[in-house]
Amino acid sequence: MSYQPIKFYQTGTFTVGNRLLDESDRSVQATATRENSLNSGHRACQGCGEALGARYAIDAAMAASNRQLIAANATGCLEVFSTPYPETSWQIPWIHSLFGNAPAVATGIAAAVKIKGRTDVRVVAQGGDGSTTDIGFGCLSGMFERNDDVLYICYDNEAYMNTGVQRSSATPPAARTATTMALGKSPGNVFGQGKNLPQIAMAHNIPYVATATVADLHDLEHKVTTAMGIHGARYIHILVPCPLGWGSPSNDTIKLARLAKETGLFPVYEALDGEVTSVSKIRKHMPVEEYLKLQRRFAHLFGKNPATETIARIQAMADKNIRKFGLLGEGVKS
Amino acid sequence: MNKPFAITLDVGSSLANLTGSWRTSRPVYLDRLPPCNNACPAGENIQGWLFHAESGDYQAAWRELVKNNPLPAVMGRVCYHPCESSCNRGQFDAAVGINSVERFLGDEAIKMGWKFDAPLPATGKKILIVGAGPSGLSAAYHLARLGHQVTICDAGPYAGGMMRFGIPKYRLPREILDAEIQRILDLGVTLKLNTKIDNILDSMKSGGFDATFLAVGAHIGKRTYIPAGAAAKVMDAVSVLRSMEGEELPMLGRRVVVYGGGNTALDVARTAKRLGATEAMIVYRRTREKMPAHDFEVEEALQEGILIKWLSTIKNVSDQGSITIEKMQLDEKGFPQATGEFETLESDSLVLALGQDVDLSLLNDVPGMEIKDGVVQVSPNMMTGHPGIFAGGDMVPSERTVTVGVGHGKKAARHIDAWLKGENYVAAPKHELAAYEKLNPWYYTDAPKTVLPMLDELRRQSTFEEVLGGLDESNALFEARRCMSCGNCFECDNCYGVCPDNAVIKLGYGKRFKFNYDYCKGCGICVSECPCGAIKMELEQI
Repeated sequence: MSYQPIKFYQTGTFTVGNRLLDESDRSVQATATRENSLNSGHRACQGCGEALGARYAIDAAMAASNRQLIAANATGCLEVFSTPYPETSWQIPWIHSLFGNAPAVATGIAAAVKIKGRTDVRVVAQGGDGSTTDIGFGCLSGMFERNDDVLYICYDNEAYMNTGVQRSSATPPAARTATTMALGKSPGNVFGQGKNLPQIAMAHNIPYVATATVADLHDLEHKVTTAMGIHGARYIHILVPCPLGWGSPSNDTIKLARLAKETGLFPVYEALDGEVTSVSKIRKHMPVEEYLKLQRRFAHLFGKNPATETIARIQAMADKNIRKFGLLGEGVKS
Repeated sequence: MNKPFAITLDVGSSLANLTGSWRTSRPVYLDRLPPCNNACPAGENIQGWLFHAESGDYQAAWRELVKNNPLPAVMGRVCYHPCESSCNRGQFDAAVGINSVERFLGDEAIKMGWKFDAPLPATGKKILIVGAGPSGLSAAYHLARLGHQVTICDAGPYAGGMMRFGIPKYRLPREILDAEIQRILDLGVTLKLNTKIDNILDSMKSGGFDATFLAVGAHIGKRTYIPAGAAAKVMDAVSVLRSMEGEELPMLGRRVVVYGGGNTALDVARTAKRLGATEAMIVYRRTREKMPAHDFEVEEALQEGILIKWLSTIKNVSDQGSITIEKMQLDEKGFPQATGEFETLESDSLVLALGQDVDLSLLNDVPGMEIKDGVVQVSPNMMTGHPGIFAGGDMVPSERTVTVGVGHGKKAARHIDAWLKGENYVAAPKHELAAYEKLNPWYYTDAPKTVLPMLDELRRQSTFEEVLGGLDESNALFEARRCMSCGNCFECDNCYGVCPDNAVIKLGYGKRFKFNYDYCKGCGICVSECPCGAIKMELEQI
């Protein structure tokens, strides 16, 4: 369940910290001594959601594992911007191998740790949506199926951003990418294709699957901490807006993640053993236009002749999520 | 070379890569002016004292409050709180109950016996203050804290001015007023009651005063010509309210008519009801929308059974007390015009509440004094045309509220202090306003305003007990925490958390944050996600 124990009328628990909160109730990110697992000086773009999401998640995993953590990293933005040889931004044991094999490498590390009897050392694997939903999908499915003791974290920015914004199987319908141009009868990415990886992970009946966004830090940290408390294959899918690929202002990164959740386009939930156990309710329900119009990858839907039919189809996707997961609850403002 | 296979370079940290060089604009912390502070006539740092109240440190909150206003328990009862009307939270759910928290702090200070900080070392300067009302007391307080020797002279038998002789007990209990006045006197201020100053220049000379602050108020009820029979009982509102403080209560009778549309008219009508009148009626020549009285007071009066006759003027009063009124209608400019329709009301007494004039007799023969529309003209530094004589409160052009008076007293004190040193007091420049658009309301949770418990209506009609009850500690804390801290950092850690480049340094409790411009790429997420608008972007100078 989503973690919100203290009702603070000043700022709720939505801010990163609060000077009035007990130290033990503050987020890992609020502490002056946080790990900064992904250090300053990395070469991510201004306002990178992935850099933020990775620090949030890995700092929380470090805190939960008492700093005994090894990470395997797939190829992608996260690897490229953090480790141009011989520099590294990582302040944890970290390994990069290939685009497609991070889950397999992590499986190997977990096996080695087990053989050595190091029950204290934990393993994470991480990658973007390209390596997770496309290139490394076979290795990941195998890791799930074997129930290897690895937490896999996917930072989903909905395309191959590092190589120039090409479509992945996580790119949403109608989005413009370098390979799905805003041209022709149905501009942008097609409807009805792509993969919903959190649902596929759940279909493996692994112990823990969760989705999160960089807009709700408390929820994200709670999910990483929960996952670290479980053994076996675990999967967390974090939505991380990309100012470059989405064509959005760099200061809107968190706002976009928040809107993705508040419109219902990105359902935030948690599943144990293949069953949804909790969902983050929508707090202020918004129409999908509010989310789409901030991004140039959807600019062709607006303008003089708005593509109302396409927008309606995207709204229908959001409405379906809302129905399926029961995202609207008590006290929601619309 | 002693490196593992295929490794030719030492591992380096990305800290060598100063990404701050990418930046074209930079985030900068700033304090913006919260709208409550901007609206306060007494210049209180409301956001500042609520900040302390939020953490439960009520004494620190009170000390921050009294830096600007020495009468918080009085303010918490009689101020018309323009702060709340301008509170940004009003656009979110309901304005923060600033006034009720102020009252809680004021009452807490009286209960706990908190004293003001000791004054600065004595300056040897003597200052005469004429009038012990809100303005005079405020000036005395500020001047005493600056180390000056202050004497207040008041013509009346008690200190407090209009706070005592104009505001009824049911709005301001006298023990509260006495306690706050005593605390000011405890700073070493001399109070001389029943001392009317007839000539200010003579008094200054004989007492050896270096400067004076005049705050005699406006205590003479305005009259209008109404033909009345010789036996008709016609009184003015100020006298009625003043006699409530004496031994003989005013004889108003069972049916009381009050003429006027200001807060004083309401005070008299509500007082009459409490003195036993079965019928208290206000006659006013315009409509409720045009009425100068504050709407919440009108509402409270109506709830207590006060009748209000709108769009009516009084033509004459007969010996038997029957009052002839003429109906009015508003013309297109909103001015009332006679209709020629008449009506008769039966009454035992008529009270005129048509405003007050200032007794300016003490200023006779003072050179340089400029008087216009019955009030003394002052320069922006509160000094009259005569050097060394300052004036404030109801006797200068103003809105004539207690809070404005307190503000005048503070302002005058600062200018008097500077004038005595041969300097000019220059106020610090105001920060830019923290408008609602500067906030990120996502981070605030909905919470309704704690409404002060109202005295049971029936009980209220017949007694002089306080109408509004106070907050207790739990709901005062709740109310304080509804403050959105507009424009001023309250250390929520958001900027520190949301920076993708770890370019925000947390300095520790109470010390806020600073940017590490070596790594800040200038994305602006911290600015967008700051709940209270305490960060802005500035273009880099190249």
